[in-house]
Amino acid sequence: MSDFLTQFAPALPEIFVLAMVSLILVIDAAVDDSKRYVAYVLSLATVVGAAVLTARDFSTMPVLALGGLFIDDPLSDVLKLFLYLSVAVVMVYSRDYLRQRGLYKGEFFVLALFALLGMMVMVSASHFLTLYLGLELLSLSLYAMVALQRDSSVATEAAMKYFVLGALASGMLLYGMSMVYGVTGSLALGDIAQNLADGTDLRIPLVFGIVFIVAGLAFKLGAVPFHMWVPDVYHGAPTAMTLFIGSAPKIAAFAFVVRILGQGLESQVAEWRDMLVILAVLSMALGNLAAIAQTNLKRMLAYSTISHMGFMLLGILAGSQNGYGSAMFYVLVYALMSLGGFGMILLLSRAGFEADQLDDFKGLNRRSPWLAFLMLLLMFSMVGIPPTVGFYAKLAVLQAVVEIGYVWLAVAAVLFSLVGAFYYLRIVKLMYFDTPHDTEAISACPDARVIMSANGLAVLALGILPQPLMAVCVHAIGVSF
Amino acid sequence: MFGQSILSLVIWVPILAGVAVLATGSDRNAALARWIALAGALLGLIVAIPLATGFDTGTSAMQFVEKAAWIPAFNIHYHLGVDGISMPLILLNSFITVLVVIAGWQVIQDKVAQYMAAFLIMSGLINGVFAALDGILFYVFFEGMLIPLYLIVGVWGGPNRVYAAFKFFLYTLLGSLLMLVSMIYLYFQSGGSFDIQTWHTTTLGMTAQTLMFFAFLLAFGVKVPMWPVHTWLPDAHVEAPTGGSVVLAAITLKVGAYGFLRFILPILPDASHELAWFVITLSLIAVAYIGLVALVQADMKKLIAYSSIAHMGFVTLGFFMFNPLGLEGGLVQMISHGFVSAALFLCIGVMYDRLHSRQIKDYGGLVNKMPVFAAFFMLFAMANAGLPATSGFVGEFMVIMAATKVNFWFAFVAATTLILGAAYTLWMYKRVVFGKVTNPHVEEMRDVNAREILILGVLAICVLAMGLYPKPFTDVMYVSVVDLLAHVAQSKLP
Repeated sequence: MSDFLTQFAPALPEIFVLAMVSLILVIDAAVDDSKRYVAYVLSLATVVGAAVLTARDFSTMPVLALGGLFIDDPLSDVLKLFLYLSVAVVMVYSRDYLRQRGLYKGEFFVLALFALLGMMVMVSASHFLTLYLGLELLSLSLYAMVALQRDSSVATEAAMKYFVLGALASGMLLYGMSMVYGVTGSLALGDIAQNLADGTDLRIPLVFGIVFIVAGLAFKLGAVPFHMWVPDVYHGAPTAMTLFIGSAPKIAAFAFVVRILGQGLESQVAEWRDMLVILAVLSMALGNLAAIAQTNLKRMLAYSTISHMGFMLLGILAGSQNGYGSAMFYVLVYALMSLGGFGMILLLSRAGFEADQLDDFKGLNRRSPWLAFLMLLLMFSMVGIPPTVGFYAKLAVLQAVVEIGYVWLAVAAVLFSLVGAFYYLRIVKLMYFDTPHDTEAISACPDARVIMSANGLAVLALGILPQPLMAVCVHAIGVSF
Repeated sequence: MFGQSILSLVIWVPILAGVAVLATGSDRNAALARWIALAGALLGLIVAIPLATGFDTGTSAMQFVEKAAWIPAFNIHYHLGVDGISMPLILLNSFITVLVVIAGWQVIQDKVAQYMAAFLIMSGLINGVFAALDGILFYVFFEGMLIPLYLIVGVWGGPNRVYAAFKFFLYTLLGSLLMLVSMIYLYFQSGGSFDIQTWHTTTLGMTAQTLMFFAFLLAFGVKVPMWPVHTWLPDAHVEAPTGGSVVLAAITLKVGAYGFLRFILPILPDASHELAWFVITLSLIAVAYIGLVALVQADMKKLIAYSSIAHMGFVTLGFFMFNPLGLEGGLVQMISHGFVSAALFLCIGVMYDRLHSRQIKDYGGLVNKMPVFAAFFMLFAMANAGLPATSGFVGEFMVIMAATKVNFWFAFVAATTLILGAAYTLWMYKRVVFGKVTNPHVEEMRDVNAREILILGVLAICVLAMGLYPKPFTDVMYVSVVDLLAHVAQSKLP
């Protein structure tokens, strides 16, 4: 009996989160509208509890559990800790925003926690089945979150698009997985890697499978040419949901890609590298160019996400430990910046007013020098100007690319990030060079301000001393691969 | 107690002072912000003095070295040190920072704390550029200084400031990003090191050298700025506040020229020799053509901006003569131009504060109303034209001599600057200072006050001292320059 229980031990954080979500669902149904904070507090407690459980059993070696479906390694533990962090920050940022728009309900928190659970499963999966289950749990929760604002036609439209395209992507992914299964006879990543390393005669089905898998992954990442849903969903969803979609799921998507391509299909790097090169270059080109034309900040950041995902793919396509480590560093840094960027929109919004137009940032330096300064740090970090952490993210990725001899790709990447610099600088220009046209006081609550300060300063502090985070990434990748 | 970390102090004192100034907050505490800024700038200058007094002119090795692991994951170090090339530039920068703080004392009334803080932080970052011996550390300082400069031009600049700020930022970013890729390439070629001195001995093939030569040339050429990538400078200068123009001309341009000596010449010697004709051509175009462009400017700041480009053409010309005289001449010219251009922009600032115009045609007959100012302005105008006994003469003369040794025609074209420089500077001076007072507003102009006399007086002493007795400067540089030339003479082809 004890043997039966111990094999569940590596999945303790997941089990805890699931139990808590069910509990919150029941409790929230029983309390009246004046006590909605119960769900909020319990959700934060859930995240903290899961973080404690993960940190307590921080693994030093990869451990396969549940019959090879589930893996607990340093990579998954580190990523989970960052998932908790970003989900908790999202909740703090969005509380006021949700309350002002009548969305401060148990559903948001339950869906967010289900999404978190899905992401946790994704980062800890070592089997196509668990990978897919985690992905679907995440995606279904996100579809519902986007549609949560029922009376908004834009949000409903966004949810519909998200759902249809997401379902299509899942279908492609499954199709690709089934082909790989046909070639290797296994769904477990370890066995697939083993089988493929020994060589196979079934090249054509294998390559077809990889193409479908990469296309599915590109959909989920939002890489060009599978990016169409990103701007519409980011723009249409309530900002709190955009914040959620733009942060933690990127971390999970990184894990997803690296598990499938880096662990399962490692020996086929020659096949998928060229595909990723195309995806990366197109994403950086289109993302950066299209972002220039946007007047809505959410839409602009959506295109910026596309270009950042392209940049992150550069690290993965290197196909080396260095590359995966740099991509991991990049995605964690990106999540941090994205939280800050969308969080700032939430902080500046108030009842009946969305601060999501570029012009709403005009003269922010006069209204609140501190928030303007934090946003300045975030924007320069997105450009990749030292001494902010965004620079080291770019440096690490470029280094991985040059290491495999793709100097031209590094040159292309920096040229596109030069294009990108323009629209981030424009935000700084609006905040610092222009006079405000919105003079109403900023009504953000103190706890959100504190978290935002920590968020912005972390970008600077990690920029001055990037070593700790970099060492964590290098270590996690080094042990897990 | 701080003997081991002078360079760190030189970098971090101004930056921390800048943060302290920011902490004073809104304009209600403007006076406090000004005094903290002045104290910080002075302290920054004082901690830099040991660099001069304790400097050993007998060695070309790096001095005041500090080294600590910074990002072990990439073998990046916090590695500082100075030689005879970088030490004078750090002193120049710390000195100019004090002047800039004093110059902005009354003129800047809007967001004083942010203005002062931006200058102090930038000053610290520029010191970092000159002191860094690790490629990535250099890059961090090199790029980091764009942020305060972008804000200085954009927030406190003139009517067309937004355009100028964007142009300046994107131009320089283009160059530096390509340099970053080159640095990463060097990292792998040198067996995993970002150490600049290691790069000096790394073997490199000709193709790689040529490509990297152009990448570095773009990065540093934009900053210098060299023709034809100079177009951001007149815009940025015209729109920047006085302090911004001073720092741009006196310091940031030197960052670009410094990069030639620290990176291009010693790391890519073969490409440098092979492509010297290219740089020399660009430099001569800058000297002759930009001199002509300066002649027709109607805006004083633009005129001085173009004159800066012409003078910096001299600097790059001197570097690519590959002899000690040319290199030293270029370096002396850099320091001299730091003093002279700073002084000229401050002079224009003095006039602008009173009349709110930079157009030459709005002035005339200034000597009747501002005799003391006219005298100072005269000295600096002469120095800009390269009159003997001023610092402007020394560098130009050395470079022309060096060019004569290499090729008579180089020297011939370069020497046109003596005519053109005198023409555009003195013609401007004549139109602004002499003649009848035609603009009624000039009648109301008051002469320079004590604060302005202090700034201009200190600069006048520097200009004259360097012109009469340049030996201390050349002594400091000599050994490092000879060592650098030894590096450049050595082929690094595999």
